[in-house]
Amino acid sequence: MLTLENLTIEQGDFRLKADWSVPEGSVTAIVGPSGGGKSTLLSMIGGYFSPTSGRIFWKEADIGALPPGKRPVSTLFQDNNLFPHLTVAQNVGLALRPDLRLGVGENEQVEAALAEVGLGGFGARKPGTLSGGQASRAALARVLLQSRPLILLDEPFSALGPAMRREMLELVAEKLKGRTVLMVTHDPEDAKQIADLLVMVDGGVANAPVATSKAFARPGPALAAYLGRK
Amino acid sequence: MARGAQPLGRIRAPGLAVAFAIAGFLGASVWAVAAKAAGRPGFLTAADLAALRFTLIQAALSAALSVGLAIPVARALARRRFAGRGALITLLGAPFILPVIVAVLGLIAVFGRSGLLNELLALAHLPKISIYGLAGVVLGHVFLNLPLGIRLILQGWQAIPSERVRLAVELEGSRWRLLEWPMLRSVLPGAFLAVFLICLTSFTVALTLGGGPKATTLELAIYQAVRFDFDLAKAAQLALLQLALGAVFAAVAYRSGAALGMGAGLGRQGFAIAPHGRLSTALDTFWIALAATFLLLPMVMVVANGLGGLNGLPSGIGVAVLRSVLVALAAAALSVALALALALRGGPVAMLVGSLPLATSALVVGTGVFLMLHGLINPTRAALPVTAALNALVGLPFVFRGISSAVEETEANYGRLAASLGLFGWARLRLLILPRLRRPLGFAAGLAAAMSVGDLGVILLFSGGDQETLPLMMYRLMGAYRMEAAAGVALVLVVVSLSLFWLFDRGGRADADA
Repeated sequence: MLTLENLTIEQGDFRLKADWSVPEGSVTAIVGPSGGGKSTLLSMIGGYFSPTSGRIFWKEADIGALPPGKRPVSTLFQDNNLFPHLTVAQNVGLALRPDLRLGVGENEQVEAALAEVGLGGFGARKPGTLSGGQASRAALARVLLQSRPLILLDEPFSALGPAMRREMLELVAEKLKGRTVLMVTHDPEDAKQIADLLVMVDGGVANAPVATSKAFARPGPALAAYLGRK
Repeated sequence: MARGAQPLGRIRAPGLAVAFAIAGFLGASVWAVAAKAAGRPGFLTAADLAALRFTLIQAALSAALSVGLAIPVARALARRRFAGRGALITLLGAPFILPVIVAVLGLIAVFGRSGLLNELLALAHLPKISIYGLAGVVLGHVFLNLPLGIRLILQGWQAIPSERVRLAVELEGSRWRLLEWPMLRSVLPGAFLAVFLICLTSFTVALTLGGGPKATTLELAIYQAVRFDFDLAKAAQLALLQLALGAVFAAVAYRSGAALGMGAGLGRQGFAIAPHGRLSTALDTFWIALAATFLLLPMVMVVANGLGGLNGLPSGIGVAVLRSVLVALAAAALSVALALALALRGGPVAMLVGSLPLATSALVVGTGVFLMLHGLINPTRAALPVTAALNALVGLPFVFRGISSAVEETEANYGRLAASLGLFGWARLRLLILPRLRRPLGFAAGLAAAMSVGDLGVILLFSGGDQETLPLMMYRLMGAYRMEAAAGVALVLVVVSLSLFWLFDRGGRADADA
């Protein structure tokens, strides 16, 4: 279980509050107007921003004091998910050893992870030679290999076309089954496609998660306003 | 980045030591100068004041002319498209890696006593002109800094978004009043200060085109006090004066955020909607042709005369090339290493120390080092190592600026990803920062090497009879009126300087991924 306990952040005029938890193995979509703090929420969980107050628990452990690399978290950012000067295999290999001194067995693991996302044989290429969808797959392969239980998706597929984005979400749902996923999105369809739960971020509050089907069937006032429904 | 506040970990550590070492070295030099100056009774003779006045006047005139002439040229370049435009703009970056003494030789070939201009005047039965003195110093400085002025101002013009130009055209408003004048008002002070600061500490131009009691800069007076009058206390007083002057104007420039750089990103095509009037087309053509001729002709003369002089190269040329290259390589390695350590450290201390050499000058610090060495050994025996070290320091601000912005950019783009993967310390340096820095490191090393290979000030202050670098060899040949041999050496020097820059810059670009 991921628990945000009275988590608040204040920066000038901006403030955000979250006090809830999501069960292990669930997929949660985070929606809401731009500038509301969706990415900030992920950044706090990932360890890139310090909250003003409150605590973050993974299972029983308080992870709030750990640096990003030591948290049980893998993040896919909006962009720059691959180092352009390293090969695809090296990028994926970073999941196993940050100093890239990989043994034979580890290189085989990298190759297997690439094959799993449909990029078998792409290991020697540089990211600059990949399409947008292929780059997303390569980053996903690294997340697979990192085998950390909590996955944060900060709109990593937003630059892809609709068909490619659906395909990537399917791949995420399939390959990351059993891991706990938090996903920021602008598109309600993304949420409907793979999310069990929905968190609405609005007016300085990240509201407690609601079952996605329920949320869309009978949206609260904030979600209704966001969706443009009366 | 709260929790990742020190994401670079251990690789930040050397930066602090480097900052202390640089500040300590500069501080010790200044202290040596101040102590020596205090021991001499009497301060600021009439000749000193004349040198101070001349230093300020020539710097102000040079900066005003460089920037003033740069405005119409930059405007024409910004709004006209013609064959060779790109090459011309690239060439405007050349004076950074062109040895000053070579530029001077080219200027003498065009404007000197028996140069092209005077031959034309003689054909027309007009009196000859002489460029030695204030006119010569300003001419030299405008030649060297007009390109910088043009690049800085051109940047301002190209930063005006084309949508705004279209809007102004549609509204039939005055482009000058709506767009160009506001841009110039924000760009010109910085450009003026940048050139002014360079001219304040320029040595070689004053040495070769100035001179005499009426046209002596402080830097030149320092050199003369050390090497001709053997009056080290006098040199120290002058150095103190130069230091105060440099510090004041460097502080002004630092506060106003004056441009230190050579105009990046000049590939954009922002301002290209040119007016079609005959007059404006003719004027733009005139300015571009004038600038191109003024900047290119001396270079053409260097090559032409140099080819003729290659047969008469002095016998020591091979050793001089070797010496110059070794000094330049040492200076480049040191400068880049110091700058990288400071850039990895980051923060205000690194920023301050990285810019500190701008407030001093090679001659001031050189005088300090000379004084420190004086009691211990014969300073001339340390000429080459001292030259390399001081060249490294003089180049440091330029090298540091390029490297530190690249480190910041890399951290901004990839810092979070690196943190999420636990990429810290040496692994981060090896796998992320150094690969991302290849281009700026190559460029910076090339720049530092080229700047060092053209140095004349430090080597002249320290050299004995037997440690000739290429610029020193050139200077001595010119002093002996062996102009043909000097032209040959000048060509060799240009080739060495350009090759060093090209090799490093090329090395940084080779299969670097965007």
